[in-house]
Amino acid sequence: MAEIRNYTMNFGPQHPSAHGVLRLVLELDGETVVRADPHIGLLHRGTEKLIESKPFNQSIGYMDRLDYMSMMCSEHAYVRAIEQLLGIEPPVRAQYIRTMYDEITRIGNHMLWIGSSGIDLGAMTIFLYAFREREQTIDMYEAVCGARMHANYYRPGGVYRDLPDTMPKYKESPWTKGKKLKQRNEWREGSLLDFIEAFAKDFPSKVDEYETLLTDNRIWKQRTVGIGVLSPERAQQLGCTGPMLRGSGVEWDLRKKQPYAMYHEMDFDIPVGINGDCYDRYLVRIEEMRQSARIILQCVDWLRANPGHVMLKNFKVIPPTREEMKDDMEALIHHFKLFTEGYSVPKGETYVAVEAPKGEFGCYMVSDGANKPFRAHLRAPGFAHLSAMDEMAKGHMLGDVVALMGTMDIVFGEVDR
Amino acid sequence: MIDVSNSLSDELVACFGDQITVSSPTTGMVTIQVPVNDWLEVAQTLRDNARFAFNQLTDLCGVDYLGYGQVEWETTDATHEGFSRGVEGMGPGRFDWKNRPEASEAEQRFGVVVHLLSTRQNMRLRMKTFASDEGLPIVPSLVEIWNSANWYERETFDLFGIIFEGHPDLRRILTDYGFTGHPFRKDFPLIGNVTVRYDEEKGRVVYEPVEIEPRVLVPRVIREDSRYKADDIDKAADEALDSLAARAE
Repeated sequence: MAEIRNYTMNFGPQHPSAHGVLRLVLELDGETVVRADPHIGLLHRGTEKLIESKPFNQSIGYMDRLDYMSMMCSEHAYVRAIEQLLGIEPPVRAQYIRTMYDEITRIGNHMLWIGSSGIDLGAMTIFLYAFREREQTIDMYEAVCGARMHANYYRPGGVYRDLPDTMPKYKESPWTKGKKLKQRNEWREGSLLDFIEAFAKDFPSKVDEYETLLTDNRIWKQRTVGIGVLSPERAQQLGCTGPMLRGSGVEWDLRKKQPYAMYHEMDFDIPVGINGDCYDRYLVRIEEMRQSARIILQCVDWLRANPGHVMLKNFKVIPPTREEMKDDMEALIHHFKLFTEGYSVPKGETYVAVEAPKGEFGCYMVSDGANKPFRAHLRAPGFAHLSAMDEMAKGHMLGDVVALMGTMDIVFGEVDR
Repeated sequence: MIDVSNSLSDELVACFGDQITVSSPTTGMVTIQVPVNDWLEVAQTLRDNARFAFNQLTDLCGVDYLGYGQVEWETTDATHEGFSRGVEGMGPGRFDWKNRPEASEAEQRFGVVVHLLSTRQNMRLRMKTFASDEGLPIVPSLVEIWNSANWYERETFDLFGIIFEGHPDLRRILTDYGFTGHPFRKDFPLIGNVTVRYDEEKGRVVYEPVEIEPRVLVPRVIREDSRYKADDIDKAADEALDSLAARAE
């Protein structure tokens, strides 16, 4: 009789469905997964060690490069950790801007997630639909901070600058002209807030479009219903957070349970799943996008009505403006000290968590009183989720591994750090 | 989050007594320090006792306390010539392997910090322990109590060389295959020890010693003064700005 052996194969690191650089060693019995062993670290950059070697403010940019699909949420955790150690609280307007941009980030992230996991499971159109709207969230990033992805916008003590009064418009080109140009610039006539409002009002109808494509789609359901089921107990044991936990029916959202920024003022709902499979997690994320649009609209209303400062006027931590430096010696000295040495943060340790689109993003920071952190640890949601891969994939078919990877919403920037 | 910190500290003291050290929270989270021998026992109670019900381990990481509070530039003492401009001492990672700092006399160098979350009680707790032996730091593994500790402990082993006794699969996780050393230790240089490049002649990737000189861009300094009392600063800054604005008008 022929000897029957399990087949071991590599999934990635160069695989389009691996969502980055994941090497997944799969042990297969026929087409059934017996063991999944993710090998990570191919994108390890030692971010935490780099943070230790730089003044506090110089590491905000690293946060964008962790989860490069939800940039501002990572910044939020880091910046809030510094604020807590310093004992400062940013102005209310800055808090509202942060809340609004966290939600814009969430929409942008979920849009990428739905597009890429759609492609993985054979739904091409959804990718094109989702990236159409994702472009607009990126434009909002660009309008406010100048960069389309790596924003570096949140600072300890507020946000870098106030929202601009104008929204950049499309210029005429051989491809965009006449009626099409007018249509594209329709929302861009006013300020950034007008653009965001128009987007958030229109967005639920776009989510309806995605749902038409997927929610009752037979193939989509065949690929996701009953795949990767996690019971609420197991999900918590495995350290799942965010939509991964809510998909299993646990009503746990840091924005509601341990509110930060301005979430305690916001009116929104937490969607939860029932079965804890990939399909439920899909539904949770879809509903989250609608709720995000709701939060954005509430923020827009408040921000319209309440102009004001977006940064503390605290020269020991926040650099003075250029105008102030022109005729104030003190301001000049502060500016010099801040950019050559930075500010010292009192001794202590803190852990700050925010509800990033993928789950709980935490920042643990130890300061020994110096101008650089003594130790910073970043708790990435994807890291915990990926560690559950072995348990979730066991007994599923090879093709379902792709569905699992999609549902975990893995980004390797944050997993490998 | 409901502020439970006071009642939680009291209950922790009532439950564990002298077994643990509870420190008052400065930044909103109760911290307990546990002797490494009681690590598993305390963890088990924290999970199973209905009052605590810490059902989720959200984060586990190592901390290397070598060089804690050391500076590269003295800010307190000045000679008659003023402050020195030179960088003294060696901050984290800014040295090469030959000149790495020797292990200090600090008794407890390697700490393991765990952040627990109770979704039922809606509270968080920080739990800390120190490995007793600096040369071979060993801490019992929490994998059996919270399964999510698995990869976090692997990561801590990889980056700090802390060994978790009873871990089912203690392999390196983030660093390269065949990597030597534990990069997040404070006596590991920031620039690393080896560089990788493709050798045309040999037709393969070769490892070579690092050639770059480590340098200090911004020296590490510690300043302890009253200016970081937030309220005072805000008030002073506001006044300064207002007077500035008044002058401008």
